[in-house]
Amino acid sequence: MPTTAPAFSDATASDSALRRFLFGLPGVDAVGLEARAASLGTRSIKTTAKAYAIDLAISMIDLTTLEGADTPGKVRALAAKAVHPDPTDRTTPRTAAVCVYPDMAATAAAALAGSGVKVASVATAFPAGRAALDIKLADVRDAVAAGADEIDMVIDRGAFLSGRFMKVYEEILAVKAECGTARLKVIFETGELSTYDNIRRASWLGMLAGADFIKTSTGKVATNATPANTLLMLEAVRDFRAQTGVQIGVKPAGGIRTTKDAVKFLVLVNETAGEDWLDNHWFRFGASSLLNDLLMQRQKLSTGRYSGPDYVTVD
Amino acid sequence: MSEQNRLGVFKTYKLYVGGKFPRSESGRVYEVTDSKGQWLANAPQSSRKDARDAVVAARKAFGGWSGATAYNRGQVLYRVAEMLEGRKEQFVREVAASEGLSKSKAAAVVDAAIDRWVWYAGWTDKIGQISGGANPVAGPFFNLSTPEPTGVVTVLAPQKSSFLGLVSVIAPVIATGNTAVVIASADAPLPALSLGEVLATSDLPGGVVNILSGATAELAAPLAAHQDVNAIDLTGAGAELAKELEIAAADNLKRVLRPLAAEADGSDASTDWLAAPGTHRLTAFLETKTVWHPTGALGASGSSY
Amino acid sequence: MASAFEYAPAPESRSVVDIAPSYGLFIDGEFTEAADGKVFKTVSPSTEEVLSEVARAGAADVDRAVKAARKAFEKWSALPGSERAKYLFRIARIIQERSRELAVLETLDNGKPIKETRDADLPLVAAHFFYYAGWADKLDHAGYGSNPRPLGVAGQVIPWNFPLLMLAWKIAPALATGNTVVLKPAETTPLSALFFADICRQAGLPKGVVNILTGYGDAGEALVTHPDVNKVAFTGSTAVGKAIARSVAGTDKKVTLELGGKGANIVFDDAPIDQAVEGIVTGIFFNQGQVCCAGSRLLVQESVQDEVLDALKRRLSTLRLGDPLDKNTDIGAINSAEQLSRITALVETGEAEGAERWSAPCELPSSGYWFAPTLFTNVTQAHTVARDEIFGPVLSVLSFRTPDEAVAKANNSQYGLSAGIWTEKGSRILAVANKLRAGVVWANTFNKFDPTSPFGGYKESGYGREGGRHGLEAYLDV
Repeated sequence: MPTTAPAFSDATASDSALRRFLFGLPGVDAVGLEARAASLGTRSIKTTAKAYAIDLAISMIDLTTLEGADTPGKVRALAAKAVHPDPTDRTTPRTAAVCVYPDMAATAAAALAGSGVKVASVATAFPAGRAALDIKLADVRDAVAAGADEIDMVIDRGAFLSGRFMKVYEEILAVKAECGTARLKVIFETGELSTYDNIRRASWLGMLAGADFIKTSTGKVATNATPANTLLMLEAVRDFRAQTGVQIGVKPAGGIRTTKDAVKFLVLVNETAGEDWLDNHWFRFGASSLLNDLLMQRQKLSTGRYSGPDYVTVD
Repeated sequence: MSEQNRLGVFKTYKLYVGGKFPRSESGRVYEVTDSKGQWLANAPQSSRKDARDAVVAARKAFGGWSGATAYNRGQVLYRVAEMLEGRKEQFVREVAASEGLSKSKAAAVVDAAIDRWVWYAGWTDKIGQISGGANPVAGPFFNLSTPEPTGVVTVLAPQKSSFLGLVSVIAPVIATGNTAVVIASADAPLPALSLGEVLATSDLPGGVVNILSGATAELAAPLAAHQDVNAIDLTGAGAELAKELEIAAADNLKRVLRPLAAEADGSDASTDWLAAPGTHRLTAFLETKTVWHPTGALGASGSSY
Repeated sequence: MASAFEYAPAPESRSVVDIAPSYGLFIDGEFTEAADGKVFKTVSPSTEEVLSEVARAGAADVDRAVKAARKAFEKWSALPGSERAKYLFRIARIIQERSRELAVLETLDNGKPIKETRDADLPLVAAHFFYYAGWADKLDHAGYGSNPRPLGVAGQVIPWNFPLLMLAWKIAPALATGNTVVLKPAETTPLSALFFADICRQAGLPKGVVNILTGYGDAGEALVTHPDVNKVAFTGSTAVGKAIARSVAGTDKKVTLELGGKGANIVFDDAPIDQAVEGIVTGIFFNQGQVCCAGSRLLVQESVQDEVLDALKRRLSTLRLGDPLDKNTDIGAINSAEQLSRITALVETGEAEGAERWSAPCELPSSGYWFAPTLFTNVTQAHTVARDEIFGPVLSVLSFRTPDEAVAKANNSQYGLSAGIWTEKGSRILAVANKLRAGVVWANTFNKFDPTSPFGGYKESGYGREGGRHGLEAYLDV
C-alpha cells in the first residue's frame, strides 16, 4: 500500500517541498467558513430523516472513556452499552467502537469479542503527545497487540506550530507502520493549532502521511470539535479523494453532546463530503454523553413521548 | 515715442483643453464687450466637437487626478492660489471690465476668489473624513464608507460672476478628484479663459479642468447628453435650459446639481458668491463606496484578546 | 439529488398568517377602496394560488394619499425627534414580535424561501427601523448642520424582490427625519406592505404619516409626478429610474434611485476557494438572483478557473429547489410569470450567442414559476448575458489573467452597484476595491447588508445612498 497518494508524492519529497505544498493550499476565511457551517446548521431534520440520522449517529459513535479513573469494570460496562445501547430496544444499532487507553484495550477487546464493535485505542502519549518517538511507537505496538482495531494518535503540535512539518509527517508514517491492519486516526488537536489555515494544512499533512481518519481533537482541551473545523476537514477529505481517488474518514471528537448537534454534523457530512461518507467506516463521533441523548430522542420517535434520563443507562 | 502712445499688444484668447490652448475647432470667434458695450476681445466660439474633445481630455485625466493623494491635490489647488496672487492685476482688470465693477470692488472679488482656492485646497484631505467613516455593522465585518469622485463633471459656470462664481464652481469639483469640462459665462468668458493660463502653470495635470467659451445652451446640450459625462452642474443655466439639460442628463443618470431657485432666471445676480460656500458643492459630485471585509477571530477557537 | 440522507419535508406552518380575501388602500389611517373600485389579484408564485384581492390605486387615490400625507406632515414634523423615535422603536419591536407571521407572508407572496425571509429579510427589517429610530432625535449630530429640516411628503416606489425590506429602507429614514410617506409596493407583492399598515395601527402612528397604495406602474408614475410630493425614492429597474429622472426635471423634488446592476465577483488564484464558492453561490442564487446587487458576473482568474468551476457545479448540485415554505429549501420560485419569461428569453439569447449553458440537475415543480440555477461559461464581455441584468438565477462566467484586466472588465459596464473580491492578499483587496467603480464592494464575502452601512450605486445603478448616516441626507433639506 503506498504511504503517499501518488498524485502528491513530490509534495513529501523534502522538508521544503512539504512546506511549500502546505503553504500553497488555499487559505481559509474564518467568517465565511463559520457562516457556511452555521447555515447548514439551520437544516430542519424531521420525522423519517431524523430517525435515519439518529440511528446513523449511534452507529458512528466511538464510545469513549479516557479517564485516569478508568477500570476494567468501567470499560466492560461501556462495552456492554456499545453492543446494546438501549436494553429496552434491541433494534437500536451498535456503536462503531469503544475507545480507551492502551492499557484498557485488552479488556475492551475481550468484552467486545464477536460483537462487531471495534476496539479503538488512543496512543502516542495521548493527549499531549510529549514523549520520544520510540515510546510513542511502543505505545502503539502495545495497543495493537492488546487487540485494538483502530489507533487514535496525536500529532506533535509543537513540531507543527514551529514549522517542522516533516517531523510530524514522518512520525505519522512511523506510527502507521506500527498499526499493521489497524486503522489509524490522526488527531490534530485543532484547538491548539488555533487557526483554520493550520487545520487545513494539518489535514493534508495527515492524509499525505497515510491517515485512515483525520480527527479533530482529544476532548482534553477547551475547544474540541466544532461544526466549522469539521466542515473544513470534510472539505479536505472530499478534495483529497477527488484528486487521488483515496477516501479518508473524519472524526470530530469532544463537545458533541446532543442529538441536535450530531444531526448538524451529519448534515455537514451529507452536503460537503457527500453520502459516501454517511457510514461509520468513514465518519465517527468521538463522544460519550451523546449516546444517551440520541437514545432518548430515539425513544421519543418510537413512542411519541419525551423520554428521561432514568430510561437510559448511565454507563 | 512717448509711452502713452505705445500701441498695446492684444491677447488672443484661446480655449483650455487637455492642458493645451487650442483655438476653437469651429474656427469662429465671437465678440466680447465690456458692460458698456465696448469691444474687449474675441473669444473662441466653441463647437460640439470642442466639447467632445474636452470630455475625452477630462476622462483621460480622471485616473491620474482621482488617484493622486489628497495631499497632492491640496498642494496643486494651493498652487493655483499662489499663481493667481501674482497675476491679480490682470484678473482685476478683466473682472472690472466684464462685470462693470469699480477697480476696488473687482479687487475684492479677485481676493475672494483667491481665498476660495485656499479654502478648497484645505478640503481635499478632509472631505473623506467628514463624509466617510466606519460603520458598526452587526456582524464580524470591517465596514468602511469612503467618498470617491463621480468622474467627469460638466460645469455650467455662473453667467454673472465671471470669476469668483467661476472659481466657486470649479474648485470644489476638482478638489475631490473629479475632472471638469467648464462652460464659461457666455458674455464674460475672459476671466475664465485667463484662468486656464493660470491652471496650466499650477502643476494641475492637463485635462483636469477644460474651459470652453461660446453659447452656453449650444455647448451644454451635447454635454448633458454625453454618455461619458458622469455629472452636470447647472448653475449657469436658466430654468428652461436647466430643465432641458436635466432631461437629457437622465439618459445615463448623470448626477445633477440644479441651479438655486434664486438663479432660475439664468442669472446669478442675486447669488452672494462672497458668502461661505459650505460643503454641498463638494459632496454633490461624490459617490460613497462601502467596502466590507470579514474580521473574524484570531484563532479557530476564538481568543481572549 | 437522491441521497441516503433524504430530508423529510419540513414545512413552516402556513396557519401562522391570516390573509384576508381582500384588502383596500391604506390612506389616512383607514383601509379604503380605490376611487374607481378597481382591484387586482395577488398570487403565490410557487403555486399560482390566488392569495388575496387588493385595491388598485389610480391617480385619484394618489392625490388622496398625498393630501393625507401633507396634512399629517405638519404635526409629524413638529413632533420632538424623541417622540418620533419612540414610534419607530415601537414599529421595530412589533415587527420582531410578528416576524414569523411576516416571514411566512412574504414567502407566500414573493416565492422566496422561508429560510431567507426568516434569517435575512425580517431581521434586517426590524434592525432598520431600530437603527433609524435612534437617529430621529440626533439629527443635529448627523453632519448636516443644526436642526436639519425634513422635505415634506415622500413618494416611494419599491420593487418585489425584498418587499418588506425595501419598505423599511424607504419608510424608516423618512419618518425618522420627520417626513410623511406615500408608498407603493410592487403589484406582485402587495401584502407585506398592507400588513405593515396594520403594524402602524398597532404602534399608534398618527393617521396619514404612512399611506400605502397598492397598484401598478401607473400609480407609481402618478405618485412620483404628483406636484405636492417633495421627495421621490425609487428602487427598481434602470429604465424606470431614467423615466423618473426625466419626470422630475425642472422641479425641486429630491430624488434617490436604486437601480439595476451587473455585479462582478472577482476570484483571484490566491482566494480562499471554498469560501469563494460559497460567496459565488450567495452572490447569484440568494433570492433566486433577483437582487439588484447580485454578483451576476463571475470573473475568475484563468489559473484557477477549472478548479473553481468544478467546485461551483458540485456545490450547485446540492442546492435544494422547491416549496419555499420548506425550511430546507435553498431556491424558491421566480416572482412572476413575467419575470420568468424575461429570464428565459435572456438565457435563450445567451445560448444563441454561443455561451455554454449548464443548469443544476434539479426537478422543477409542475405549477408555479421556476428556473433552475444556471451558469454560462465561455462568456465574453460582448455577450448579452455578460452585459444585461438578468435578475434571475443565472451566472455568467468570464475569465481574466491579471488584476488589471479583472478591474477593467469589472468596470466595463453601464452599471456600478456592487462587486466582490476574493483573495487572501490584503493589499490586493485594497488596491482592487479602490479601482472598482461600484457603490458596495464585498471583499471575501458577498451580499451582506446592515442598516448602518450605506448602499447605492455608481453610474446607471442610480444615485443617493440608503442606510447609515448617509441615508438621512435623502430625506433632509440639505
